[in-house]
Order: sequence, then C-alpha cells, then structure tokens
Amino acid sequence: MSKSNSPINDFMNGIWKQNPIFKQVLGTCPTLAVTVSVVNGVAMGLATTFVLLFSSLIISMIKSLIPNQVRIAAYIVVIATFVTIVDIVMKAQFPELSKALGPFIPLIVVNCIILGRAEAFASKNTVVRSGFDALGMGAGFTLALLVIGGIREILGSNKLFGFVVLPDTVEPMLIFILPAGAFLTLGILFGIANNYEQKQKDKIIQKAIAAERSAKLVTVPAAPQTETEEA
Amino acid sequence: MDLLLIFLSAAIVNNFVLSYFLGICPFIGVSNKLTSAFSMGVATTFVLVLTAVVTWMINNLILLPAGLDYLQYVSFILVIASLVQFVEMFIKKTSQPLYRALGIYLPLITTNCAILGLALFMALRDYSMMESIFFGLGAGTGFTLALVIMAGIREELELADIPKPFRGVPITLITAGLLAMAFMGFSGLI
Repeated sequence: MSKSNSPINDFMNGIWKQNPIFKQVLGTCPTLAVTVSVVNGVAMGLATTFVLLFSSLIISMIKSLIPNQVRIAAYIVVIATFVTIVDIVMKAQFPELSKALGPFIPLIVVNCIILGRAEAFASKNTVVRSGFDALGMGAGFTLALLVIGGIREILGSNKLFGFVVLPDTVEPMLIFILPAGAFLTLGILFGIANNYEQKQKDKIIQKAIAAERSAKLVTVPAAPQTETEEA
Repeated sequence: MDLLLIFLSAAIVNNFVLSYFLGICPFIGVSNKLTSAFSMGVATTFVLVLTAVVTWMINNLILLPAGLDYLQYVSFILVIASLVQFVEMFIKKTSQPLYRALGIYLPLITTNCAILGLALFMALRDYSMMESIFFGLGAGTGFTLALVIMAGIREELELADIPKPFRGVPITLITAGLLAMAFMGFSGLI
C-alpha cells in the first residue's frame, strides 16, 4: 500500500492540505454565521463532523446500488436524514445551544463540504477510507471554526469559552461579533494562510534550485574533460 | 404595510447575504462579472419565490396537519432539488436565450443555502402564504443587490494593487465585511 492511500494520510489531508475552509472554500456560510463564540463554533463543527462521518460511511456502502442519474438526490436524502437526527438530539439534550445555532443546524444539509466529500471521495473509495477522510475533513472544519470563534470571542466580547480573559479596561470591539467582523476575520485569516502556503512553496522551490546548482557544480568540471577526450 | 415591511427587512435590513450569511458560496464564486452576477441573482430570486409557495403548501397542508414535522428537512430539500430541475427543464423548452444566459447557474442553486434557509425561516416564523411570497421576493432582491454591488466592486479591484496573499477570496471577504458594515447603517430603518 502506498503512503498516499493510508487511512492516516486521508485523515491528515483534511486538517491542513485540503482544509475545507482555507483550501477548498467550502462551507463558508456556517463558518461565518456561528463563530460568535468558541462554544458555538465547536458545537457546529462537531455536529457537521457527525453528519459528515455517517453520511460518508452510508454513501460509500451503498454507492454501487445508486443509479448514476439520481445520485445527488440520493446523497441529499441520506444527509438530510442524519441532519434531522442531530437536530432532534440537540433540541432534547442541549436546548440552549440548539437555540443559539438556530436554523444553521438544519442548514448543514446544504453544507457543500458534505455533498462535496460524498461526490468526490465517498462515492469512489472504500468504507474505511471514506470514514477516515470524513473524520479528517470534520476535524479540519472544527479546528478552523475554533480558531475563528476564538479570535472573534476574544476581540468582540473579551471572553474565551465564556470566561473573561481580558481586563475591563480593554473596550470590547463589538464589530467582531457582528456580521461585518465575521467577514473581516475570515478574510484576514485567509490571507495569512495563503501567505504561509506561499512561503512553504518558495522554500521548496529554493531547495530544488539549490539542489540543482550543487548537482551542476559536480558535473561542470567533468564536462571539459569529455571534450578534450573527444578532441 | 406588513408585507412591505417583510420585503424591506429581507432585502435590506436583514440582508440574506450580509447579515444572515446565507448564499455565501455563490456570493464569492459568481461575483466576478457584473452580467453573470445579475443573471445568477435573477435565477435565484425566481427559485426563491417558487420555493416559498411550494414549501409553504407542503408544510402547512401536508406536514403540519399530519404531524410529520420531523420530515421537514428531508422534504424541503427534495422539493428544492426537484423544483430547480423542473425550472431548468421548463426554461430550456420555452426560452433558449434565457436558458443559455442562466444555464450553468441553475443546478448550482440547489446547494445555495439561501433557498433552504428561506424555507426554514418561513416555517419558524409561521408566515402566511402572502407573507412567504413577499419574504421570498425580498430575500431574492437582497441577494441580487449584494451580488451586483460585490461584482461591481470586484471588477474595479482587478485593477488595484493588492498584496499577493490577499488576492482572490481573502480580499473578497474583506470587501464583504466593509459592505456588511455599510448595510448595518440600515438597521434603524425598521
């Protein structure tokens, strides 16, 4: 088995290399809407991960039974079923959280991450690999929500996980818990992520150039020798 | 008066894109060009109004009387998916130019959260049939407005000297943030 096919690799893929938010730009609607606080963000991330995991497992199990023409409709029904389960459970167990997230729990149905993974991965791979892929994507999504939620909560209400972390003398920047702040935070984080990516790429390119140069340095003295031999 | 209020609220004050974050994917994806942004907006508005009518009927005439409200999400999304398919076939048969203008955007509308969001908000707020239609119309107008403004700004941004890591999606998000701030000014209107 090659390295790129291992389950751990499938899992790690979702966390950074193909992070659903920063790399694939999927699922931006819930990302922006629920990250008013860390708790809301993480709850949303976990709910999405649950739906993602189980719909990926089911879809990869029944992939050979679904006719190609109606596959999208079939995937959506599977996804909507699991979303209904999550919604009912959350209403019963965490009524406050369910109220805070409001219509964004049912809106997981149209979260492009889930349909995207079903179409791009689960419908083509084994059950085990699809499971790990779904877990990785879910973890990447949850982590991104955690970071965005953390930044917005600290700046917007001086709190983290509901506890006060900044002194009263620091005026909370209300804009960060308003919709405008969501766009700004994600935009700036996105820019930072792009910058990091670019630097990593530059490093790889420079290493390759350096390696090529040192390889040339070795071969250059050999070149005239062959010429003289020919002469 | 109430109907006008619902329309204005959905279109401007609680703009679907800029304050409810519904329909961000097409907002970022299709706002490169003014013409395609407008086509997308019109197509979405059309589907929004149709969805408002059909889901209202399904919810209030079938699901609620039968006590099947836990089937809301599954039936709503199926209705939307088939509605989009139907609209696509209908436009293809009746008006070729319109089909060519909207063609590629129609299938995308199914996964636009604004559509399902509209159906859910309607069910949550217990709107009547007329209110739902105006709500759908308002949401569509707001979506088109945000998309067209954004496309206008992005066409100008092409010429701006943006730091390299911020090109593309990041600058679009930041612009949307500034736009959302501007729309906050309307909040006293209602």
